[in-house]
Amino acid sequence: MESILLRARGRADSRTLAAYRSAGGWEGFRKALGSSRDELTKQVIDSELRGRGGAGFPTGRKWTFVPKDHPGPRYLICNADESEPGTFKDRELIEHDPHMVLEGIAIASYAIGANVAYIYIRGEFVRWAAILETAIAEARAAGLLGRDALGSGFDLDIWVHRGAGAYICGEETALIESLEGKRGFPRLKPPFPAVVGVFGKPTVVNNVETLACLPHIVTRGAAWFAGIGRPRNTGPKLFCVSGHVRRPGVVELPLGVTFREIIEEHCGGIRDGRKLRAYFPGGSSAPIMTADQLDVRADFDACAEAGTMLGSGGVIVLDDSTDIVGAAANLAHFYAHESCGQCTPCREGADWAVDILDRIVAGHGRPGDPDTLLRICRFASQGMTICPLGDAFALPISSMVEKFRASFDARIAEATPLPQKKLPVLPWAGSRPGFGS
Amino acid sequence: MSTKPIEAVAPDSLARVVFDPSLEARIAELLTRYPTRRAALLPVLWLCQERYGWISAGVIEAVAARLGESPAFVEGVVTFYTMYYTKPPARYVLQVCETLSCAVCGGSELLEHLERRLGVKPGEKTADGLFQLVGVQCLGACGSAPVVQINDDYYENLTPARLDAVLDELARKG
Repeated sequence: MESILLRARGRADSRTLAAYRSAGGWEGFRKALGSSRDELTKQVIDSELRGRGGAGFPTGRKWTFVPKDHPGPRYLICNADESEPGTFKDRELIEHDPHMVLEGIAIASYAIGANVAYIYIRGEFVRWAAILETAIAEARAAGLLGRDALGSGFDLDIWVHRGAGAYICGEETALIESLEGKRGFPRLKPPFPAVVGVFGKPTVVNNVETLACLPHIVTRGAAWFAGIGRPRNTGPKLFCVSGHVRRPGVVELPLGVTFREIIEEHCGGIRDGRKLRAYFPGGSSAPIMTADQLDVRADFDACAEAGTMLGSGGVIVLDDSTDIVGAAANLAHFYAHESCGQCTPCREGADWAVDILDRIVAGHGRPGDPDTLLRICRFASQGMTICPLGDAFALPISSMVEKFRASFDARIAEATPLPQKKLPVLPWAGSRPGFGS
Repeated sequence: MSTKPIEAVAPDSLARVVFDPSLEARIAELLTRYPTRRAALLPVLWLCQERYGWISAGVIEAVAARLGESPAFVEGVVTFYTMYYTKPPARYVLQVCETLSCAVCGGSELLEHLERRLGVKPGEKTADGLFQLVGVQCLGACGSAPVVQINDDYYENLTPARLDAVLDELARKG
């Protein structure tokens, strides 16, 4: 497949406006301004573009949820909070082609009628926030942004807003709370952000990669985009491959290739001559897959059929030297750290999972532990929490216990009981009448 | 890459902090970007951390007064996020990614190496106040694991030897 989203990678000065324009950049926005909002939305619906942030919701349909007759302002938010373990594609796009992201933001803003857009970028990405600021300044100076963009009468300001370290802020309602200057506590839905979003106004939150697809859809057409990949799973996709592969990194491939192709052909296969043990297909929040599930297609529907998720496209590869129980403990620590604390099943469940998994890793597992873990996971998922972080923690942990039960049982079989802690005894017990001897 | 050291200049007390005119001007500009004052809280805290090195109780009071919030609200936000320093940090904060992709690609060994070299545990500073070791969750650079963020900069594809060279250079600079 030709390089579409990553076409600028490796080119000198690819970040500059001049380089982007010489590759036909910003022409999509010009073309979009010449069509009506409804036409534009229809084009994106026809392209069958699905959100690249993890949920895979059809982007055009998401836009149609914004009330047409709403009198006040509305907002577009570009979600650049990229925090899902195993995911590093948005950084790559911003690093090499920030104008492609900005043009996508401009097109989406026009489509929903937003005059202000915010790029919410994770706090650690200081350098990439600066790259975006520079690109915005360039675009503004060239009349592509700001008042009366390209002489169209459409005004658009784009502001970069840095988070400050919180995985949960990648969830769109937590992001909105954070953007409003608060703790990143997810909101109950409905109302959905398209109706009541940031500052109480209709808001669309789209991922960086989703937005980067828009200039191409507008300039080359919905049919062209829909012709890449498979039905209902169209377009190019960035796969982030990390872990035990020879050549980790971001690869761009049509949706629907197999994970075998991604790992073996595009990333050089497993490193150090070892064999695959397991992989996460779409970030660490997706149920784990075993080595014999490598021929699953990497698209939204095929992953769902196989009982997992394409998620953000973060493929974490684990070879046969990997201690799966240790990997489960590692992830449990991540989710326990990142749970926002609003909902008991997620806050307490993740902490319990850490305690149990750490104990198994330390060689003090008990026979009932795997089932207790599964029960904790069941309580934390399937709508028991305000946001999907409960599921995000429960799905990988429960799938690891289920698919690698033998590893857990073996570890527990050779465990020694945890040395019994002496229960604290009231210091004065025994020295007073009535408290024993 | 030339990582800028952190200068923790805010006094560790409730001592009143007065924004200088240049900081005040930047805050005023930030406020034009949002329809509410509260929305500028995270960016204003970033400006303050840049200027004072960390978010002291005095900084919290000043930010709250400037944005019309209570200090309790501001402190609640500051402590929700992991990146605002609520204690004076060392000049270089070594943030070692501990999450899965890094952990299986040498990240755990890197952390142990730093503990040995610096003689500190995660969370602690070296006696000279030069380095601070912190274990952090996924930094979003898993393809170039293992990764350490030092202040604002990412250092990727590290080995203990490469990291030693970086630390030697930073120690020389001070």
